[in-house]
Amino acid sequence: MKKTGAQILLESLQLEGVDTIFGFPGGAVIGIYDALLNSPIRHILVRHEQAAVHAADGYARSSGKVGVCLVTSGPGATNTVTGIATAYMDSIPVVVLTGQVSTGLIGNDAFQEADIMGITRPCTKHSYLVKDVKELARTIKEAFYIAGTGRPGPVLVDLPKDVIADSAEFNYPESVNMQSYNPTYRGHRGQIQKAFKLILKANRPLIYAGGGVISSDASEELTAFARTLSIPVTATLMGLGCFPGVDDLSLGMLGMHGTYRANMAVTNCDLLIAVGARFDDRVTGKIDGFAPNAKIIHIDIDPTSISKNIRVHIPIVGDAKDVLKKINKLIQEEKEDWTSIRREWLDQILKWKNTYPLAYEQKDVIKPQYVVEKIYEITKGDAIISTEVGQNQMWTAQYYHFTKPRTLLTSGGLGTMGYGFPAAIGAQIAFPEKTVIDIAGDGSIQMNIQELATVAQYNLPVKIAILNNRYLGMVRQWQGLFHNKRYSQTPLEVSPDFIKLAEAYGAVGLRATKPEEVVPTIEKALSISKAVIMDFVVEREEDVYPMVPVGAPLKEMLLV
Amino acid sequence: MEREILDMRHTISALVLNQPGVLARVAGLFSGRGFNIESLCVAETLDPSVSRMTIVTRGNDQVIEQITKQLNKLVDIIKVVDFFGSEYVDREMILIKVTAESSSRAEILRITDIFRGKIVDVTPKSYTIEVSGDENKIRAIIDLLKPMGIKEVVRTGRVAISRGSKGI
Repeated sequence: MKKTGAQILLESLQLEGVDTIFGFPGGAVIGIYDALLNSPIRHILVRHEQAAVHAADGYARSSGKVGVCLVTSGPGATNTVTGIATAYMDSIPVVVLTGQVSTGLIGNDAFQEADIMGITRPCTKHSYLVKDVKELARTIKEAFYIAGTGRPGPVLVDLPKDVIADSAEFNYPESVNMQSYNPTYRGHRGQIQKAFKLILKANRPLIYAGGGVISSDASEELTAFARTLSIPVTATLMGLGCFPGVDDLSLGMLGMHGTYRANMAVTNCDLLIAVGARFDDRVTGKIDGFAPNAKIIHIDIDPTSISKNIRVHIPIVGDAKDVLKKINKLIQEEKEDWTSIRREWLDQILKWKNTYPLAYEQKDVIKPQYVVEKIYEITKGDAIISTEVGQNQMWTAQYYHFTKPRTLLTSGGLGTMGYGFPAAIGAQIAFPEKTVIDIAGDGSIQMNIQELATVAQYNLPVKIAILNNRYLGMVRQWQGLFHNKRYSQTPLEVSPDFIKLAEAYGAVGLRATKPEEVVPTIEKALSISKAVIMDFVVEREEDVYPMVPVGAPLKEMLLV
Repeated sequence: MEREILDMRHTISALVLNQPGVLARVAGLFSGRGFNIESLCVAETLDPSVSRMTIVTRGNDQVIEQITKQLNKLVDIIKVVDFFGSEYVDREMILIKVTAESSSRAEILRITDIFRGKIVDVTPKSYTIEVSGDENKIRAIIDLLKPMGIKEVVRTGRVAISRGSKGI
C-alpha cells in the first residue's frame, strides 16, 4: 500500500523512537500537520521557531535522545538558524525538519522560499534536500544516524511541499549503508598503551573533561578512572556534571571564569588528560600559558578537535567511554597506593583552594551568587538546570555543584541568549516529574519570553529564576573592567514587571528584594505545580570572579 | 617532533559522492576557515556515483592537517589523500590564444612542437595552442609565447595521480 510523504515521515520518526516533536506550522508543512492528527507523535506547539530547536536541543541534552523539530519554509526555517548553530557548537543531536516550496518552484524566489540548506551549511553536521518521496525514508534513517553517532550534531532535512504530498511504498531501511561516513569509536590500542605509561609516570596529572564525556555517557568510567588513580578533575562548562562537583578531586570549572585552583592546576600540571574537550579559547586563555609544563593526552571522537589549537603529545581518536574503559582495565593491574603517591599534588591543590576559594559577601542586597547557592541547597542538586548566557550562566557554573551528567543545559559554544527557557521546556517534556529551573538574567529571559504561552498550554511546571540587575550584566562587567565604566547600551532601563507578565500568561510570579526572602521564594516556587517566575532583585554591579582577561594566560586571574 | 611552520603547497585528492551540494560544502569549508584554494578540479570517476576532486592549497603543517581532517569529516567525502612528500604525477592543461602574424608563425609552430603541444584552432592572425604538462612546463611555454602577444589563456588546474600500481 502506498503512503504519502507526510505519513512516511511520521512513521519513520516513530520507528526512530520519536514520541515528541517541537514545532510551529505553516503553509509548506500543512500536509505534515494534517497527518500529525492521525499520528501518536506528540507535538509541542512553541511560539517561535527558534524555541522549537532550543527545546529539541534541551530535550536531547537532558535525555540523551535525538531531539526533533518541525517548521515551515522560508521564515520558519530561517528562524531556526540560531538554534541550529547553538546545537552545532555544543555537538547536540537534533534533527531539524524544514518545509520547502515545491520542487518546481525551488530557485524561483517563491513565496516563503529560503535556501535553508545553503544558509545552514556551515552550522549543520549534514543536511538533505529530499527531491523524491522514494528517498524520504532512507533520508530520515540517515539523518538520525548521522545526528546521533560520532560527534553528534544537528542534521537538517528540507522537505518540499510536493514531496510531502506524493506517495510511495513505505519500506523503512533496517540499517544505514554509507560508504563515506564511519566514525571511529574504538581507540587505538597502541596509543592507549602509550597514554597509560605516561599516566603512571606523571607526578602532577590533571583530567580536563569536556562535553564529550557527557555525550558518550562516559561519566561512570571517568569517575572510576579519576578515583582509582587519585587524579583531580576540572571540567569545562559543557563538562560540568560528568564528575561529581562535590568530590574532593573536583576542581570545578577551568578557564576564563574558572576557579583559582583549577586554573593553577592546569598551569602547574605535568600531564593533562583531555577527554571530550576541544581547547576552546575561553578555556585556554593565552595558548602559550596553557598547561605550559605538561605532556598532553587528548581523547576525542572528532579528529579535527585534536591538535587544532594546541599540539598534543598522545592523540587518541575514539569514543571517550570505550577509551576510558580500556585504560581502566589496564589500571586494575597496577596495585599502588595512589592516594599517598598523589598527596603532595593534592595538598598543593587544596592550598590553592583555601587561598582563593570562590567567595562573595552577602550584605543587605541580594547577591546573585547567593540565589544560585540557595537553589543548589534547596534542590539538593537534584534538578535539571538550564541557563541563559552571561553572568547568570557563569554564577550557575560556579555555585551550583553539578553532580550528575545531563543536569546542566547551557549554550557553551555559541553563547546564545534566550536558550535557557526553551531548553528547560524541552527537558521538562522529557522529564515531567523532575524539577527544571532556568537560571536567567533579566536581559536574556526576554529573548524567548513568548514561550510562557507554551508552558501554560502544556501545564509545564518550569521554574525561572531571574537574577535581575537591570543590566546586560556580563557586557557591563567588561565595560567596567576594560572600557572605563562607559556603560554603552547595557543598562536595561525598561523591562516588564515580571510578576505581572507571569500572571498575564497564567503563570505565577514571585519577587524577592531582600536576602531573607530568597529561600522562602525558592521554596514556595518549588511547591507550586505551575510555571513560576522568580524575580530576584540583585546587587546591580556584581561582577563574576575570578576572571582571566582575554589574551592573558590562565594563571593571571583577576580575583576580586 | 619538529613541524613544518612554513607554508608549503600541497596537492590533495578527494573522492566524493557525486551529489549536488558537495562542491559547496568543500568550498565552504575552505572559505569558512580562511584556507586558500589555488586550484580545484572536479570530475566523475569510473563509478558515476563518485567524483574526484584535486585541490591545490598552501599552508603550514598544522593548517594542512586541519584541511585534510575537515575534509574527511564531511559526510559526503569518501577518501582524502595528500600527495605531499609522496611520488606522484601531476598535470595541467592550458589553452593559449596567441597572436600569429606571418613573421612569427613559424616560430610559434616550432615552440609548440618542442613542448609537444597541438594547434587546435587557426586564424590568419592567431593560433590556439593546447599544451599539457607540469607546472614548470606550462610556465615555460607561457614565457616563450609572451613576446608574440598572448591574447587569452585558460588553464584546467592541476590533476594528480600517485606513481606505482596502486590506486587511492
